[in-house]
Amino acid sequence: MTYSLVEKKVPFTLSAATLVESRSRSSQTSWLNDFRREALSQFQSQPWPTRKTESWKYTSLAALSEESYQGEVSEIEGKDVVSSQLSFDGLEGLKLVFVDGVFNQFLSSDESALSADVSGLICQRFSELDDAAKADVQATLGQVVDSENHLFAAHNNAMLQDGLLLKVLKNTKIEKPIQVIHYSTRQTAPCLTIARLVVVVEEGAELTVVERFGSSSETQNGFVNSLTECVVGSNAQLNHYRIHLEDETAQHVGGVHVNLLANSRLNSFQAGLGSVLKRVDVVVNHIEPGAHCELSGIYLPKNKQRIDFHTDIQHRAAHCTTNEVFRGIMADEAKATFNGRIYIHPHAQQTLAELSNKNLLLSNRAEVNTKPELEIYADDVKCAHGATVSQLDGEAIAYLRSRGISREKAELMMSYGFINELVESIKIEPIKQYMTQVLDSWFGQEQ
Amino acid sequence: MLEVKDLRASIEDKEILTGFSLNIKPGEVHAIMGPNGAGKSTVGNVLSGRDAYEVTAGDIGFQGEDLLGMLPEDRAKAGLFLSFQYPVEIPGVSNMEFLKTSVDTVREHRGLPALDTVAFMKLAREKCKQVDLELSFLKRGVNEGFSGGEKKRNEMMQMLLLEPSLCILDEVDSGLDIDALQVVAKCVNSMRSPERSFLLITHYQRLLDYIVPDFVHVLAKGRIVKSGGKDLALELEEKGYGWIDGVESST
Ligand SMILES: Nc1ncnc2c1ncn2[C@@H]1O[C@H](COP(=O)(O)OP(=O)(O)OP(=O)(O)O)[C@@H](O)[C@H]1O
Ligand SMILES: [Mg+2]
Repeated sequence: MTYSLVEKKVPFTLSAATLVESRSRSSQTSWLNDFRREALSQFQSQPWPTRKTESWKYTSLAALSEESYQGEVSEIEGKDVVSSQLSFDGLEGLKLVFVDGVFNQFLSSDESALSADVSGLICQRFSELDDAAKADVQATLGQVVDSENHLFAAHNNAMLQDGLLLKVLKNTKIEKPIQVIHYSTRQTAPCLTIARLVVVVEEGAELTVVERFGSSSETQNGFVNSLTECVVGSNAQLNHYRIHLEDETAQHVGGVHVNLLANSRLNSFQAGLGSVLKRVDVVVNHIEPGAHCELSGIYLPKNKQRIDFHTDIQHRAAHCTTNEVFRGIMADEAKATFNGRIYIHPHAQQTLAELSNKNLLLSNRAEVNTKPELEIYADDVKCAHGATVSQLDGEAIAYLRSRGISREKAELMMSYGFINELVESIKIEPIKQYMTQVLDSWFGQEQ
Repeated sequence: MLEVKDLRASIEDKEILTGFSLNIKPGEVHAIMGPNGAGKSTVGNVLSGRDAYEVTAGDIGFQGEDLLGMLPEDRAKAGLFLSFQYPVEIPGVSNMEFLKTSVDTVREHRGLPALDTVAFMKLAREKCKQVDLELSFLKRGVNEGFSGGEKKRNEMMQMLLLEPSLCILDEVDSGLDIDALQVVAKCVNSMRSPERSFLLITHYQRLLDYIVPDFVHVLAKGRIVKSGGKDLALELEEKGYGWIDGVESST
């Protein structure tokens, strides 16, 4: 079953529709049929982005257009998996691993750990939901994301096969982070992976989720569409880490959409490395007063990689705060886009919002497009935004060299210094350690 | 220690050093004075290996080696130290990390065992106190937001840590209050030894009251036009530069 992602012509429509049916049979999620069908028509009615589409101006989907993607993955058994891509040294807690979109029991924490260790947590896949959990999913799925304005969210909805629900019950604090790990391999024929996560943190509860996307070190031929929807209840807290470390040939379009209720808090860290096409949309809706969003991220494309972050913080209620910091380092012929919007609706008085984006170009051929946008329709707010693009300071390199430090080491220290602050602020030690190693090798290859 | 012969150097096709020669023996302290724009900082920069400068003629021997053939970092490892007239701010790189990397590199070059973090911290704290900087300066970005005087003290701290054999101090006294001047002088004097030499670049005779030089040179238009003992500085203080051949009177 092959279909093209782009062609809105008859063949695509037909095969995609059949796909919806056939998948639903195999994955016991026929209750999602209507949802998928509706999404499919929504997907098909949206125009395919071109260079003229504002929000896709710098992101070329040309590579996607040329390819046809297989619906079903072929057997993954016996495939080598890089175990370092599947865990963080020393990080405890539940782990759920999906390989090419398919849940892998063997690589995940065992079933008993799920039920025994963590009370107050509901962790179920869409394909095996009990009635209560199904109601939870149905209440949230497609409700946080605005799929009319996010083409690939509509696509994810339409192609949805399985997904994961993480829910924390009222006033429960889940101490250990839950890891959701997606691992992509090279399939015989290019393959489409749909990843879906629904997170519900009830009133007064707290959860830490670590989403991680990795791949085998083979040349990737698939396309990953991942979508995460979160609802953080009043006085609740969600700590969200989303780490993309895929091979540089990977293609991934992802979205994180969060609703924040009264006095809730989101701490979010994003990291983007690898991929010839990577686009991540982060949308945070301050729905009720008093919510706080702490959003930080780093992106480091090198060689011919492309990484785009689009963030959109919607202040729809009063007394909410946003502190957003993104830093990017571009090497070689890499390109990155950062598009950060903060939108303050008319009744969102007493908003405090800050957005800072700094970029460092390590080569003359590297490029970055940064576009911070503030749209303010309330009068009693404090907002600031800024973006910079710079190169390593030659004077500073000369200074370090005059103290015996080699040029390479000097460049490394300064580049590291550029993003280190954000890595240092990672609160989970094993993740911080891991990211430090990743950066070490990223810079190591740089020399 | 240092032998500079007929050095010509230019920047952006403008010749700044026009036949500069200087001999410094181990243990000696030399001072260079001269009008603004004469090329004093250029001397320091060229010696330290700044690549913006093009050396068009001349030789530099440093401890028997051909300095011009060495990279800036190798010059530092070999024991040449330049205290900058304008130390550079490097946000994001902590002073401590910078100092440790620098000391590690230089020690490795000298065949000394690496200091572990604890031992280094102890050493750094000691030197920090010696230059009268608060310990919090170790945690800040290199020179980031330091006042002029604090930057100069940070330069002195690096000199103390790296124990170079030739220290070129470019206007280490500019912007210093009276107490700081004493601190700097103490650092330098504590480091004076028969194996170590100093080249002081300054506008003010006062520094030379504290750090007494063996030789004083006047640099004008890119070359040394007069040399003498420490008394020359006093004479310059009194009469200015106008009376010396090769210096254009400013009037
Ligand atoms: N990048 C450059 N391009 C052009 N000219 C330069 C450049 N850098 C330095 N110069 C010139 O070189 C000359 C010597 O400068 P230098 O800094 O060595 O002077 P100096 O003797 O140290 O002066 P001061 O006492 O003011 O510190 C000056 O005329 C200066 O303008
Ligand atoms: Mg000068």
